[in-house]
Amino acid sequence: MSGARDIALHRIAHGRTGDKGNRCSISVIAFDPSHWSLLVEQVTEERVLELFSFRRPSSVRRYLLPRLHAMNFVLDDVLDGGVNGSLNLDSHGKSLSGLLLTLTVQLPSDLQETT
Amino acid sequence: MATHAASREPLNIGCGAGFSGDRWDAAVPVVRTLIARGTPSVLMFETLAERTLALAQLQRRQTPDAGWEPSLERFLQPVLADCVRHKIPIVGNFGAANPPGAAARIHELARALGLPALRVAIVEGDDLLAQRSEALDRLLPAASRERKLVSVNVYLGAQQIAQALRAGADVVVTGRVADPSLALGPLLAHFDWDMTDWNRLAAGTMAGHILECGAQVTGGYFADPGVKDVPDVANVGFPILEVHEDGRFVVSKAQDTGGCVDRRTVTEQLLYEIHDPAAYLTPDVVADLSEAELRLLGPDRVEVRGILGHERPATLKATVCYEGGWLAEGEISYAGPNAVARAKLAGDIVAQRLAHLGLGALALRRDLIGVGSIFADDAGAWWAQHASREPEDVRLRIAAQVDERAHAELLTREVTALYTCGPAGGGGVRTSITPRLASDSCYVPREDVRAGWRFVQ
Repeated sequence: MSGARDIALHRIAHGRTGDKGNRCSISVIAFDPSHWSLLVEQVTEERVLELFSFRRPSSVRRYLLPRLHAMNFVLDDVLDGGVNGSLNLDSHGKSLSGLLLTLTVQLPSDLQETT
Repeated sequence: MATHAASREPLNIGCGAGFSGDRWDAAVPVVRTLIARGTPSVLMFETLAERTLALAQLQRRQTPDAGWEPSLERFLQPVLADCVRHKIPIVGNFGAANPPGAAARIHELARALGLPALRVAIVEGDDLLAQRSEALDRLLPAASRERKLVSVNVYLGAQQIAQALRAGADVVVTGRVADPSLALGPLLAHFDWDMTDWNRLAAGTMAGHILECGAQVTGGYFADPGVKDVPDVANVGFPILEVHEDGRFVVSKAQDTGGCVDRRTVTEQLLYEIHDPAAYLTPDVVADLSEAELRLLGPDRVEVRGILGHERPATLKATVCYEGGWLAEGEISYAGPNAVARAKLAGDIVAQRLAHLGLGALALRRDLIGVGSIFADDAGAWWAQHASREPEDVRLRIAAQVDERAHAELLTREVTALYTCGPAGGGGVRTSITPRLASDSCYVPREDVRAGWRFVQ
């Protein structure tokens, strides 16, 4: 990838966090369909597991929705017990999409950031 | 919804609340829009989170007449007369732990508004603790057997809501039903969809899923300045879905409001709290988003089609809540030179003192919050000069879960004592002690659940 730049995922994708018990789900959605294949290549289960390792997920799964240019991550056991058990002010973990969107991705020189 | 025969005309479903804490006046522009459209319409309210129901059970124990949504009257008062006058049925899970109690309150409200007697239906059978059996006890999660049970409520589906609407209900009050069933019920009544027509049931379920969080699909919970700007977000309009007989639907919002509906807002909400997008389990159907497609039809109008469905699960999910001790929290701020070091020292002092008082094993969470919490004046002039700066105004937060209230008091006492016994210049102590509920889930065979509905006078 000659001429590729490192950018935050936030520049080309948006997302939302949901919770059920101790399970957190985070969507990652390309603003521009031209970035979709880049997301599939670079925003992987392995990288998300690494980013969230301090929360000790028991598993990270990625589901792809190519027609929506979106992917859905499901992280198990990352919410310290979830809304009724965690000591975190954000016991739902609603802010965690903000963490995922800090992931660094390499943008090839022929593509532009959306924002 | 005046006729009971199947209709091919689209059904408009508006949402008036997406959670118990939602805006009281959000439904007003929704109902105004439904009336202006003049087509068959329903208004739904979703106000019952997992935790909300357990809290309602606790309230009902203390006061037998209580246990329904505390904001029921605030939600309904501004729209009830218009809905009745224009034959817009209302469906809500605001019955919580006491649907008959909510129904009685709705009758009172109707009388106070000078309305004719309403037909108010309640859906029952979700409360499994009320019909406790050995068979149920065997299904409960192990952890809940050692604790004091507060509630066991099973997620019912859409069928009882549909039956009540077909019988002519003006208002349907439920306790625990799957949130999307609040929309699927009216769709079943309107279109007479077959209960094994999985694709249509899944489409109606996803319509309910899109609606159930209120403004989360219309620009609420979405704005990111400079990245995702939302017009007039303070005045965000709540969603209205136009659902067609074949299951496709159009997402829109109340007229003359702020917010926006586009592919981005709909995609975020479509995937919200979904795990495997090919298998979203509900009591009515297993929904599958693999082939779902979105199309922007015009300003604030997005069409959703291509949702598939598969046979509904054999078991129903139940949420089990049991007593979970106490949450003790205390906060104090430090500002100026060396603020972070002083705040950290304050945390160490509390930890040492609690150990000295016999709570050394307690797991303490410590946070250092923020950039400005005590220097600023009430009018906020300080902020104008310090828009962005390095932290020299931090707030220590200490939190722990304890089994006994007396231990919670020890923690909050120690945070308060930081005023005189802690590091220099601490200010702004706040403490709280909150009873906690723990929750878990279990799965109940469908045939063991006795769901029903009836009119309440």
